[in-house]
Amino acid sequence: MQNFDFKKPGSIAEAVKALQTPGAQALSGGQTLLPTMKQGLAAPDVLVSLTAIAELRGLRKEGDTLVIGAATPHAQVAREVGKSYPALAALAGGIGDPAVRNRGTIGGSIANNDPSACYPAAVLASGATVVTNQRRIAADDFFTGLFETALKEGEIITEFRFPIPQQAAYVKFDQPASRFALVGVFVARFATGVRVAVTGASEGGVFRWKEAEAALSKNFAAAALAGLKVAPGSMIGDMHGTPDYRAHLVAVLTARAVTAAA
Amino acid sequence: MPKDGGIGASTKRREDIRFLTGKGRYTADINLRGQAYACFARSQVAHGRINGIDTAAAKALPGVLAVMTGADFAAMGGNPAGWLVQSRGGETMKEPKRPVLAHGKVRHVGDAYAVVVAETLEQARDAAAAIEADITELPAIVNMAQAVADATNRVHDEIENNVCFDWGWIEDNRAAVDAAFKAAPHVTTLKLVNNRLVPNAMEPRASIGDYDSGTGDYKLYTTSQNPHLTRLLIAAFVMGIPENKLTVISPDVGGGFGSKIYHYGEEAAVLAAAKALNRPVKWVADRSESFMSDAHGRDHETTIQLATDLQGNFLALRTETLANVGAYLSNFATVTPTFLHGTLMAGPYKTPLIYVNVKAVFTNTAPVDAYRGAGRPEATYSLERVIDKMCRELKLDPVAVRRLNFIAPDQFPYTTPVGLVYDTGNYGATLARLVQIGDLKGFEARRAASARRGKLRGLGLSTWIEACGIAPSALVGALGARVGLFDVATVRVNATGNISVMVGAHSHGQGHETVFAQIVSDRLGVPASSIDIVHGDTSKIPFGMGSYGSRSLAVCGSAIVKAVDKVIAKGKKIAAHMLEVAEADIAFEDGMFSVPGSNKAKTFGEIAFSAYVPHNYPLETLEPGLEETAFYDPANFTYPAGAYACEVEVDPDTGRVEVASFACADDFGNVMNPMIVNGQVHGGVAQGIGQALLEAAVYDGNGQLLTGSYMDYAMPRADDLPMFTVDHSCNTPCTHNPLGAKGCGEAGAIGSPPAVVNAVIDALQRGGHGNVTHIDMPLTPARVWAAING
Repeated sequence: MQNFDFKKPGSIAEAVKALQTPGAQALSGGQTLLPTMKQGLAAPDVLVSLTAIAELRGLRKEGDTLVIGAATPHAQVAREVGKSYPALAALAGGIGDPAVRNRGTIGGSIANNDPSACYPAAVLASGATVVTNQRRIAADDFFTGLFETALKEGEIITEFRFPIPQQAAYVKFDQPASRFALVGVFVARFATGVRVAVTGASEGGVFRWKEAEAALSKNFAAAALAGLKVAPGSMIGDMHGTPDYRAHLVAVLTARAVTAAA
Repeated sequence: MPKDGGIGASTKRREDIRFLTGKGRYTADINLRGQAYACFARSQVAHGRINGIDTAAAKALPGVLAVMTGADFAAMGGNPAGWLVQSRGGETMKEPKRPVLAHGKVRHVGDAYAVVVAETLEQARDAAAAIEADITELPAIVNMAQAVADATNRVHDEIENNVCFDWGWIEDNRAAVDAAFKAAPHVTTLKLVNNRLVPNAMEPRASIGDYDSGTGDYKLYTTSQNPHLTRLLIAAFVMGIPENKLTVISPDVGGGFGSKIYHYGEEAAVLAAAKALNRPVKWVADRSESFMSDAHGRDHETTIQLATDLQGNFLALRTETLANVGAYLSNFATVTPTFLHGTLMAGPYKTPLIYVNVKAVFTNTAPVDAYRGAGRPEATYSLERVIDKMCRELKLDPVAVRRLNFIAPDQFPYTTPVGLVYDTGNYGATLARLVQIGDLKGFEARRAASARRGKLRGLGLSTWIEACGIAPSALVGALGARVGLFDVATVRVNATGNISVMVGAHSHGQGHETVFAQIVSDRLGVPASSIDIVHGDTSKIPFGMGSYGSRSLAVCGSAIVKAVDKVIAKGKKIAAHMLEVAEADIAFEDGMFSVPGSNKAKTFGEIAFSAYVPHNYPLETLEPGLEETAFYDPANFTYPAGAYACEVEVDPDTGRVEVASFACADDFGNVMNPMIVNGQVHGGVAQGIGQALLEAAVYDGNGQLLTGSYMDYAMPRADDLPMFTVDHSCNTPCTHNPLGAKGCGEAGAIGSPPAVVNAVIDALQRGGHGNVTHIDMPLTPARVWAAING
């Protein structure tokens, strides 16, 4: 790991300023960035920690919306949203191991948009709003590709606004080594319809399975998915699973998520 | 009832107190005054010609003390293979030089071609990255079949077709075996892969070189299972340092599983750098280096054929194997796929005719060598899988077929057609015990319960044998070994009666400090708490051969018994003098030298004191002191055996396999510490399940290691494993060593993979997937699903 300067601003304004330093990089829980730096794959000159900014931390309920600060660690989400949004709490409680969950944050995970991360499925399936220091971005507009998002240079996620669904569940199938999602499916049922988001499977990162959504919006039961399949063409193929296998798992896990939610 | 703390007691492991409280002292914990840090520059391509290495930029960086390349070590000797294997035609195997650092060519990803020494580790790393190596990439030779067929591309320019040797065992059997196959009523054929594994010791390799310019003495601290062998290899083969000027210390070592038996180039490099700089030089591998450069395990491609009659009697067996040795021959690379593999193909069965062919193949991958079980897991897997397949083809009961073919208890000593003489065993007894403890009769009810939950349940068996207690020196010498395989112990009784035992075996997690003390305590009647076991330092211990091959107890433990017996014999002489009786009148029991039928007696402590304070002592006939050394060279291998049953549940929708239960009925001979034996079996089975379901070292076609971290290399974790049912009550003590012990360290890793795979195939066959007769390990969800839907 290369030497770097470390800054820990106490406000968003200070953080924005610090991030204007050449070679600066925002640091949240560090569960991706630090291993990357240790491998020499990233060598920022300045790390700007976002975890001391009080307004980025914590969660609250505003009517039917659950608001989660971007620097809130997974463990806190797992612990505190069990009543308001149990599927989200379960997802957070299944990320990594206790050390990862105590350090890693929802904002870091979403800003990184790892194709195998769990949180993007929750944000997309919930139709959450990503709030930054500059604007509000709908989940459908946020995830733009593998490790790519709509975030601009210097833009900081401040919080997430999750509409709370009537029913929801997340089912993850572990990649055997990393235990990231080989495929993960988040199903959320709202009064307006069902949303299904899939992580781990696609070369394009998290995506919505619209055919399943349509079928489930008519009949929220696993049986409604009979015969539906995602095309394997855009699925990831690696030593842990072929595109065909991942496409198959998407259907299996979606059905299981519906059963778990119903 | 075992004596308190003696043989047979489940004494808690004394070493765990320091391991579990952070007081262990590993090589990386050692910091010498003035030490500098080494970092190796390693090849990023699998195969390439080195045109030049420009070190100028690296040398100019701050803190850099030295940069050495392969050229600096070119005059040194090579790290040799420990065994010379003969090919079928009688020619000796090809043994390319394995230099300290790659010179001329790089031959695998991670092959070190330069080393930087700097004031700090960070400076060393930066400088290593600044070395500019001009390397012309050559086509990578990865696939074994292609390597053998390739007339132009060679890992070593002088070795045609990349073949190290083409070994036939036993060549004289071949014609008879082939004839038996022609005449056989049934032949079962199975092609299988024994997957390459990364050893993954918890502690990565580490070495510190130190040189005393005042005395000319070298000292090497290193993560070795085998410090004297490392010293011998460095002294006699690689560096030419006289043995008396080199001390090798391997302090606490955090696991090895075979990978730390061998001498590696980094050890010579830090010693050479220490001398050149007149400063200690330290190197600690990071995990990525471990993945790339530790000797890997297994990696066989085998076709096995079993000829039987229609009742399942084994008539003949033959195998053809390609065994990957990687880019260079690691020290035991040539014995592992041959004499630790081919000689085991009889298993516990009376198959009359067996022929084994193994071609060892060089490839542009990390060296492959012994890994927990070493050859015997490969043999057991092939054999137990083909038996299982035969049972399905002929619709025979796998328990009954095994019973039908077992060597019977009254047939020992039994000479197999592959060159071993089994001294004792009772394979029917362990199988019967397994049927009981594994509740095999209840399987159908459990299968039905699984089916109600949508899961396919299967039952798999494995009845395994291994040869351990390695090894009779005369025998291995005749087979091509360049070393002896005895072991040694010195029992030093101090004047105040406490005892230090210096042993040649090396503990890297096994619990020797506890068990060896139990043995000495049991035989001398001295409390275990006043007995210390000393190992791992060539300046303290006599010349021993280290720990591997489940040999520590059977070989070193036997040396301890011999040395203790010498101490008792000398104590009797001293007692006879003190008690003024004939030596023959002295009896020794429970720490007391006495004259039976009288009240004359001396305690062990009194005798020890007298030995060192010889005020009234027969100096004409007896030397002062009470210290004895014994070397023990085993008369034969030992032959642990057992029967394993695995039950799995397969999720047909995802292909995921869950191990529902695992039962082991083992015969380890006499057991010294049942708790430690249970732990060894648990660990071995965990590794075997890891191999069967999770682990695989995967290189792509360019020789890049795709599984270079735990993100892609799947280690077994606690929640991948069931609670194990372990039993070792059916024991037939070894007939030729004084403890009657056979060894238990590798058993679990040897016996378990075929039980797991047989169980999965059973589940699929019973679940309506009768077309699935084999899946290669690891049986990942993706592979099982593909087999179901193939």
